[in-house]
Amino acid sequence: MHGLFAVYKKELSDHFSSFRFVILFALIAMVSFITTYMAAISLKENLEGVAKPTFVFLMLFNTAGAKVSMVDFVALFGPIIGLVLGFDAINRERADGTLVKLVSQPIYRDAVINGKFLASATTIAIMLVSTILIISGFGLTLLGVVPGSEEILRLALYLLISIFYISFWLGVSILFSILFRSIATSALASVALWLFLLLFVSVGASVIANIAAPIDKRQGADPEVVMENSRWQENVSLVSPMVLYSKASGTLIDPMRKSTQSLIMVSGPMEQISMSRFQNPLNFGQSVLVVYPYMVALVAISLICFAVSYLVFMLQEIRT
Amino acid sequence: MGNASIVRTTGLTKRYDHQTAVDQVSFQVMEGEIFGFLGPNGAGKSTTLLMLLGLSDPTEGSAEVCGLDPQKRAIEVKRLVGYLPENVGFYNDLDAVQTLQYIADLSGMEKKKIQSSIEEVLTTVGLTENATKKVGAYSRGMKQRLGVAEVLLKDPKVMFLDEPTLGLDPDGAQKLVELIQSLNQERKITVLLSSHNLHQVQKISHRVGIMIRGKMVAEGSIEALAREKFGLGEEQYSLEEIYMKYFREG
Repeated sequence: MHGLFAVYKKELSDHFSSFRFVILFALIAMVSFITTYMAAISLKENLEGVAKPTFVFLMLFNTAGAKVSMVDFVALFGPIIGLVLGFDAINRERADGTLVKLVSQPIYRDAVINGKFLASATTIAIMLVSTILIISGFGLTLLGVVPGSEEILRLALYLLISIFYISFWLGVSILFSILFRSIATSALASVALWLFLLLFVSVGASVIANIAAPIDKRQGADPEVVMENSRWQENVSLVSPMVLYSKASGTLIDPMRKSTQSLIMVSGPMEQISMSRFQNPLNFGQSVLVVYPYMVALVAISLICFAVSYLVFMLQEIRT
Repeated sequence: MGNASIVRTTGLTKRYDHQTAVDQVSFQVMEGEIFGFLGPNGAGKSTTLLMLLGLSDPTEGSAEVCGLDPQKRAIEVKRLVGYLPENVGFYNDLDAVQTLQYIADLSGMEKKKIQSSIEEVLTTVGLTENATKKVGAYSRGMKQRLGVAEVLLKDPKVMFLDEPTLGLDPDGAQKLVELIQSLNQERKITVLLSSHNLHQVQKISHRVGIMIRGKMVAEGSIEALAREKFGLGEEQYSLEEIYMKYFREG
């Protein structure tokens, strides 16, 4: 255990004194300041003279003030935090010739990778917690609203899944740093995967959906087929952890969202009546129930990703 | 010098996919001696050392270090053995004290002892004046001495030094070799020294082993090897001449 703790301590102090931490934190602080400020301003205008809806506080996080909301920002650019913290975790030690020295100390080999992963995950947690606290402070002063206990619960859970989500990307980049000898290669591979999942999964999903359930435009869309098409598209795009995460976090932060699906077709008159009667926010437990599978999937992919890196690292020859 | 062997291997073999890096190597290092571990580049010396530390698993054969099997009790072996790898690297943004502090943390030293131990090893290797300078600014000679300091910090019974004088200027190499010799004599640390500098090895080694293409072709004192290769009464041959003869035949 002393080995794990020693590596953890060293890595954590490395992170905190590194330029990349300062740059990342400055970037995130800046973006969250701007988005929240804009969100708060627009909320203030829109809510003027209107009876305040419940959960105003949470709206700070999902109102798109300046193009993107805080929640979207974490979904799109959160991965960069994980990737930057991990892309050279192992191969830099290898290139510098410190890895052999490290494992020839009386520690278990897994202390190295566990310590590095935990230190980076701690750094991620600290960044996210402080960002959310800053936004909350903003909300308190700009809007003058105080979060209720349910809002705090929702934020805490949102924080937790965000940490897992970014840790998944950390796991990916650590895996690349084990697989690729060259630091430049692992950095490029990490960014390439991020861009691929960001840009191309939605394109791929609509291609697959159109093959599986083609919508015939000439005859006017058959609602059944449109539903089918949309279902295909949503399910295929869940391949991307970004989609997985943004659906989970979006539903969690917005109590008015009843489902993670974006397209809900209600055809029958009775159904429409039942929908319109159902305009109250979901309570916390129900929201959790809706996003539960998404949360499990997120935790699972981050753990699997780390487990793969762990195995590869343990089985790799230490030389070469 | 004790008679007990502190390192002993029997038929140690390491095979990678297409080649045999270490082939049926059996040798012993006696307690208290300096053992010169010689051989051309790529002969399998470093691989052998890694197997002795439990960092690489042998394909066949077995090893024993300080009476322990490094494959099964790697942590205990690594606690007793100080290893200075070939081309050892350092964290360039730490200074010498921080570097040694990290090594002390990793080896689980008692908190109270760390400070005084670090000062002591820095004095031993002669780096006290540069203790607060970043390692990135160190010369190669200073880095190697810092490497020895890391090894000494654990207070090891055995040191495995892999090419410690490689790339050092003559004066730096000379000083390092003298340091190794004094550690062996004063602290009774057994040394397994791999080096290409045959002249220096001859000066300080009690016995040598020559490894060529994965095989240990000779093991013994320099005089004994000279007798074996050049005949009785020919002990004046230098290690270099003996080595070259083995190398041409191997």
